[in-house]
Amino acid sequence: MTDATTAGTAAVKTGRPSLDLHVIGPIVALLALILIGALMNPNFLSYGNVTNVLARSAFIGIIAVGMTFVITAGGLDLSVGSMAAFIAGLMIIVMNALVPTLGTGWPTILAGMAAALAIGFAAGLFNGLLITQARIEAFIVTLGSMGIFRSLVTWLADGGTLSLNFSVREVYRPVYYDGIFGIAWPIIVFLAIAALGEIVMRHTAFGRHCAAIGSNEQVARYSAVHVDRARLAGYVLLGVLVGVATIMYVPRLGSASSSTGVLWELEAIAAVIIGGTVLKGGFGRVWGTVIGVLILNLIENILNLTDLVSPYLNGAIQGVIIILAVVLQRQKKATR
Amino acid sequence: MQPAPQTTARTATSAAHAPILALAGVSRSFGPVQVLFDVDFDLYPGEVHALIGENGAGKSTMMKILSGYLEPTTGEVMLDGAPVSFTSSEDAEDRGVVLIHQEFNLADQLSVEQNIFLGRELKRGLFLDHKAMRATTNELLARLETKTPAWATVSKISVPEKQMVEIAKALSREARVLIMDEPTAVLTRNEAEILFRQIERLKAQGTAILYTSHKLDEVARIADRVTVLRDGRHVLTAPASELSEDAMAEAMVGRELSNLFPDKADANAAETVLVLKDFSVPGIVENANFELRRGEILGFAGLVGSGRTELMEGLIGIRPATGEIRVNGKARQIRSVDDARKAGIAYLTEDRKERGLLLNQGMRPNLTLLALQKFSRILIDRDAEEKALDRSIREFDIRAPSREIKVANLSGGNQQKLLLAKTMLAEPEIVIIDEPTRGIDIGTKQQIYQFVRRLADEGRSVIIISSEMAEVIGLATRVAVMRTGRIAGTLKGGDINEDAIVRLAMGLEKKAEGND
Ligand SMILES: Nc1ncnc2c1ncn2[C@@H]1O[C@H](COP(=O)(O)OP(=O)(O)OP(=O)(O)O)[C@@H](O)[C@H]1O
Ligand SMILES: [Mg+2]
Repeated sequence: MTDATTAGTAAVKTGRPSLDLHVIGPIVALLALILIGALMNPNFLSYGNVTNVLARSAFIGIIAVGMTFVITAGGLDLSVGSMAAFIAGLMIIVMNALVPTLGTGWPTILAGMAAALAIGFAAGLFNGLLITQARIEAFIVTLGSMGIFRSLVTWLADGGTLSLNFSVREVYRPVYYDGIFGIAWPIIVFLAIAALGEIVMRHTAFGRHCAAIGSNEQVARYSAVHVDRARLAGYVLLGVLVGVATIMYVPRLGSASSSTGVLWELEAIAAVIIGGTVLKGGFGRVWGTVIGVLILNLIENILNLTDLVSPYLNGAIQGVIIILAVVLQRQKKATR
Repeated sequence: MQPAPQTTARTATSAAHAPILALAGVSRSFGPVQVLFDVDFDLYPGEVHALIGENGAGKSTMMKILSGYLEPTTGEVMLDGAPVSFTSSEDAEDRGVVLIHQEFNLADQLSVEQNIFLGRELKRGLFLDHKAMRATTNELLARLETKTPAWATVSKISVPEKQMVEIAKALSREARVLIMDEPTAVLTRNEAEILFRQIERLKAQGTAILYTSHKLDEVARIADRVTVLRDGRHVLTAPASELSEDAMAEAMVGRELSNLFPDKADANAAETVLVLKDFSVPGIVENANFELRRGEILGFAGLVGSGRTELMEGLIGIRPATGEIRVNGKARQIRSVDDARKAGIAYLTEDRKERGLLLNQGMRPNLTLLALQKFSRILIDRDAEEKALDRSIREFDIRAPSREIKVANLSGGNQQKLLLAKTMLAEPEIVIIDEPTRGIDIGTKQQIYQFVRRLADEGRSVIIISSEMAEVIGLATRVAVMRTGRIAGTLKGGDINEDAIVRLAMGLEKKAEGND
């Protein structure tokens, strides 16, 4: 290296800095978990168990994809768990109400699905408008709407459980339990949304704008980004995805109550952070979020399958992983 | 730590024999990229030493090494004649070496006073001694002749005010060595004069001062010695009295520099592209009227705070504004930067770190952010982006150690070139450039001036806001001078000179040639 400019070209040739912990960390953690699981229980890699884990990951996963956009743009949404319960409750009420007119078949279910998406859209719009137009902190707005949605579903269920009409449930069940080519529907939907999300995040103006807003809102504004519009779109997208997750969730139990979706918001946020998205915003990756969701669900699954550690410690182990993930992010920045 | 005779004998004469701070054979690399090569340097108590060099020459890097923010890859830092390795910048500060960064290092949400005492708050027993801190702060601010109140929140004060706060903070540390990285880049002349008086005062007390600036006239005036860096190498150190400004410039760029300013364009006959009528930005700008012709370079002069930036921010829809905007004869409503972009107007901010660039991202996303719609149908065309980056790197001579570098790690001047490239990518017909050469070396300045001239030749119209009088005079065919939110007058052709501008800017003359 003779001078700064030739040194520069040399650097260009060697290309990107070698894979750092920040990128491969989550992948390594996931592989390690799979290895541990496979060694500890022969059933771990069985078709049944894999399908089970993936299908259960789907609800949080679909929500977490939306959450990745919101967090990347420097926001947060604490209301998604309650929102899911609220949407599930309303969706069931709508379908039950439609049975006399539309019957117990697919027309009713499709109408229910449309209602779920519409309610998700409206709920996201509600959060988003309060945040972008009334300029209230996202944390406060969604903390409030979290309480509102939760209490509304409790009120709708009159403190008990809302149950879907039994014949409708029979028709709807396969949406959770069946699939094609042996892959369950929730998994297909989850993976499709994740793939789409990844493309939107990395290859569209919307994804770019989210990252720009999250890194510096002023710069984004001066660069002709419609900051409010993009942030609003993020919350609406998240609301719609909560609707999608609910559509996949309702056929599983066929009911909704005040305990539906409890703590989903925290799991979704945790998955996003474990996946390497920066909590302060400015950088997000959807594939990381998918891995984050899988890591959280695998831990639970492994604890259930083996008797090494009590499954009651699940939360503690997940907590350690979340903190570790953030520590790893920090270390990358601190290099002097 | 070690016996330090200089601390007791702090006079210019007795200490002049031994350097207080020095570098011996210092090199520094970032990953595979070496930016400093075997640099020797010494700094004596009671001297003002200027470090000059092109953008990216390694000045900031060298200053960070001197003040404990970075470690040398090889070589030694010597304090009072003995090798030291500062464990941190705090360690260096404790030993009397203080750096004022090129970028501000202030806690935005804290007050001026809290910032000045950050990390070394005065206490009485367990509690903060607010009274003493307030008194010291007021005293420091008074010395710097700023009107900024001690209680003001830093996020609310202007850029030059922030610079003054940084300086006040450094003064409060009672530094033996004060290192300043481009302190005057964001200051007006008056403010710079105040700073120079402080520098003289500190010098008389025996403080060693190292500073860098791209304003060579300033260097010639206040520096005792000058060191030139080029491409990370030490080129020369000489008494300032032995170097002319031209000699400095040549040593920096390694070649002879011809005329700084290109010939002026003549746009008298061309049609009008932009008209502002009774344009007001509530509370700041009142009833501004001006027009802009095709191929014209219109200068905006005035004191800092006269509303030039705010007027333009109103025009591009960042600030709420009233009045009429006509672009190419058509009335336009501009409510956002996007509207402005669609109307063919682009604004290049004076504050590249906070409003111009995403520091934590790479060059490519920064370059295309403003004109992103050009690169995306549904998906963003990454190849096209890469090509645009190639072109911009070539056209604007952006010198980056690597393509993937985070913009925060580009040298200040190269950040500015990237910002220019970003703005031009939107292919605006009307370009408003706010402080085009802030923190830019003389060679690059020349490039940028030629570039602005080329824009005018291509039939675009340019508005230049600058606090550097020479820039406005050298470039513009017409100069609007603003004073306290109004356009005080417009100067043309041969009438454009420093005296006339100052008179209008200060309100010494009622010679308003009408706001044509
Ligand atoms: N953390 C970093 N990682 C990689 N490269 C860096 C880093 N910091 C600085 N550089 C590179 O080192 C070189 C010297 O930068 P430096 O900031 O010292 O220049 P400078 O002389 O202060 O320029 P300017 O006048 O523009 O401020 C530049 O090419 C810059 O991109
Ligand atoms: Mg610098």
